[in-house]
Amino acid sequence: MTIEHLEIPVLFTKLETSLVELIAQRKMTDPIIIGIHTGGVWVAKKIHEHLKIKEPLALLDISFYRDDFSQIGMHPKVKKSELPFTLEGRDIILIDDVFYTGRTIRAALNEIFDYGRPNQVILAVLIERDGRQIPIRPDCVGTSISLAAGHRIKLTGPEPLGTVIELIK
Amino acid sequence: MIAIENLQLNAHGKLRHFLSIEGLHKDLLTEILDTAESFADVSEKNIKKFPLLRGKTIVNLFFENSTRTRATFELAATRLSADVLSMNIATSATSKGESLLDTIRNMEAMQVDMFVVRHSLSGAAHFIAQHTAPHINVINAGDGQHEHPTQAMLDMFTIRRVKKQFTGLRVAIVGDILHSRVARSQILALRLLGAEEVRVIAPKTLLPTHVEDLGVSVYYDMNAGLKNVDVVIMLRLQKERMNSALLPSESEYFRCYGLSEQKLKIANKEAIVMHPGPINRGVEIESSVADGPQSVILQQVSNGIAIRMAVLSMTMNGNRGTE
Amino acid sequence: MHIEIINGHIIDPKNNIDQAGSVYISEGKIVGLMQAPAGFMADKSINAQGHIVCPGFIDLSTRVREPGQSHKATMRSETQAAASAGYTSLCIPPDTNPVIDSPAVVELIEDKAEKCAYPQIYPIAALTQKLAGKDLSSMHALKQAGCIAVSHAHEAIQDLLVLRRAMEYAATHDLLLIYCPQESALSNHGCAHEGAIASQYGLPAVPVAAETIALMQCIELIEQTSCRVHFSGLSCARSVDLINKAKTSGLPVTADVAMHQLHLADDDMQPYDSHFHVMPPLRSEKDRKGLLAGIQKGIIDCISSDHQPHDIDAKLGAFPETEPGISSLETVLPLMLRLVESKTFSLTQGIAKLCSEPAQILGINTGHLTIGCAADICIFDPNKSWEINQETWRSLGKNTPFWGESMQGKVTHTLQLGKLIYSDNS
Repeated sequence: MTIEHLEIPVLFTKLETSLVELIAQRKMTDPIIIGIHTGGVWVAKKIHEHLKIKEPLALLDISFYRDDFSQIGMHPKVKKSELPFTLEGRDIILIDDVFYTGRTIRAALNEIFDYGRPNQVILAVLIERDGRQIPIRPDCVGTSISLAAGHRIKLTGPEPLGTVIELIK
Repeated sequence: MIAIENLQLNAHGKLRHFLSIEGLHKDLLTEILDTAESFADVSEKNIKKFPLLRGKTIVNLFFENSTRTRATFELAATRLSADVLSMNIATSATSKGESLLDTIRNMEAMQVDMFVVRHSLSGAAHFIAQHTAPHINVINAGDGQHEHPTQAMLDMFTIRRVKKQFTGLRVAIVGDILHSRVARSQILALRLLGAEEVRVIAPKTLLPTHVEDLGVSVYYDMNAGLKNVDVVIMLRLQKERMNSALLPSESEYFRCYGLSEQKLKIANKEAIVMHPGPINRGVEIESSVADGPQSVILQQVSNGIAIRMAVLSMTMNGNRGTE
Repeated sequence: MHIEIINGHIIDPKNNIDQAGSVYISEGKIVGLMQAPAGFMADKSINAQGHIVCPGFIDLSTRVREPGQSHKATMRSETQAAASAGYTSLCIPPDTNPVIDSPAVVELIEDKAEKCAYPQIYPIAALTQKLAGKDLSSMHALKQAGCIAVSHAHEAIQDLLVLRRAMEYAATHDLLLIYCPQESALSNHGCAHEGAIASQYGLPAVPVAAETIALMQCIELIEQTSCRVHFSGLSCARSVDLINKAKTSGLPVTADVAMHQLHLADDDMQPYDSHFHVMPPLRSEKDRKGLLAGIQKGIIDCISSDHQPHDIDAKLGAFPETEPGISSLETVLPLMLRLVESKTFSLTQGIAKLCSEPAQILGINTGHLTIGCAADICIFDPNKSWEINQETWRSLGKNTPFWGESMQGKVTHTLQLGKLIYSDNS
């Protein structure tokens, strides 16, 4: 498997194995899976299904919590966040497709904490790539890669899921 | 002098000031409605705030009294985590007081980011937008008899939520059209969003000249005007109108132009009843209608906050593209 | 001082002159036309090659803002502007501060005019004291002091009995009444023409009826009072019809229209641009065309500038709270030439509207080039292009909707009573 040809099922297997282990280790009860729009939701749906999680899948749109609002402004199409009324005391599995600078996760954590004080949050991502800018790291990954300068990796989907490497404009 | 559309939009066609429905296009109005959708469920959250405008200072410059509009703008701003300053600036026709421009300059010296302006003279928000420092955005909360664009947008939002779309819709606006900035904005918005027909129902004394040029059908008879209508918007009647030889009495007004249960039956069965508030019970509208199942008046109020949050956040960064 | 103006094209509507020729001036009077009088030796020669030589212009309404409003403009600045615009006679409306309702104020104005070296400033007396619309002013004394006519400026006279009596009294002393028709209640503090544009912008509006009703009230009183009336401040087509009827029935009625009303209509207004805020308001295109037709048919006798210079603050604010008025002396000539270009009238007729017609209405012996008469002369280049900006504009009031626009036609020399009061040094 090369960076250009990641095999999605392989990534999921590795991620889920790691996740199951961590859930047991942390003694998580009735965990809530929260997927981050858009790619994170696709990944979260599959994980939710494979791991047979009982709690309904929750969705998060971080557009209103991004730290680059003053540079970029309002995002034209904001998707709805669908979260339970409160996350007070809950165990949370936060899921995203690609982990890069860490800013998305920081925004997601800010938004989650606005819904209450969770018991714990673990982070699971399908692909971790180099270029972290914030001291946050995923707890479980499908794979870790390095990309050539000026490139980024995107998850395509929702069916079938795939990856594409492109130049950052 | 800058044309209204060029003043409101930056070089990328994004909203920079929100002064009037005039000069905007359908896509932009739709964008405002969609953005408001995202904000609409904020009250269902535990903590009712978004950090979008944290650190920004919004000044409510109200040269005309208003508790309701000012309150919703304050709430909208605080829910976006902005700092809000509300100024009630009394103006009397006789006292000269501080000039409009001086008031603005003084506020600018306190490093503010946005003005929400309500003024008794048409064109006041336009004037402020033209003369204010380039980094400041201006929202029109009602200027004289010209426009009240945020009210119109929350009315459109309410209609869209219930009726799902504007095509094929017949809307009647009833009451003091002449003095209503809300009506002007509503008419423009409905036409832009593609409503089938917009009707104005009022006595001749309360209609502006050339009102047909705005693209509406005119009815003096409410019974005729309400047939086949899907949305009935009742406008507030101010008491002063009786003293200016515009109307004889409240009871005559209610008889001819008030919305009673009986008159509502003339409209379509699924018709909704709207009112920008505050309501004069028994003058424009019967209590049972205002409180009845077809009334969406309270939804209008909560939608007002979502729309204002949308407009505040969309304009706050609208200065990029003008440098 | 002997002055000759040579190589120009002379247009004098009153004497029917429209040909190449020269003018010879001596001791403030014209002493020769086409041919120099015997033994004439010029001290100064003005070469008017390619230029038009015509009588100096006469304005029926120029607000120099003194006495009392010198923060807007001064007699010196505005007479200089007038001179540069070809004007050799100006009438000042009575709404100065103090109002022109006493001979002392007339003397004050004449003193100032002398200090500015601009004679031929004609104060117009107030019809009522303080322009309050109640008590008659001392019209006889004011006429003796030098007032050329009476008027009520832009103040409407509410009480028709007062109007009737004032007209009778003015007629008694053979004073021309200059009247701006404006019914106060119907005007209802409006600032724009009652039409589609005002409805669209939510501007308080003035219906046409506010002007026509006041016009009819005054016309009906003319026969009763034998007062000569000159109507000013007209803005609608219907007023032209009413004036036509009055003239046809033999009443002593004349009329003028402000130059800007012939060029601008309500849909020319940039939204909320206070430079378009005038009273009476700019009306519909139909009204503008009606006014043009009135000029063409001679129903409207002449054109005035309605010059109203303002300080910057007066025009800064929401439209309804700004002060109405345009600083207009310096655009009269190029705007007149635009009407010649669009074939509204010939150049001779256009010039007549600015000099011989107003002179006739005021009863003053100027506005023509006649041997033995005062040398009030304007020389202009009809082809000169110039832009209205800080360098070219002389009035202290920069409030014109034409600011920054390109104009065609500029005065090169102006002589008043044989004295050169303006020259462009070219």
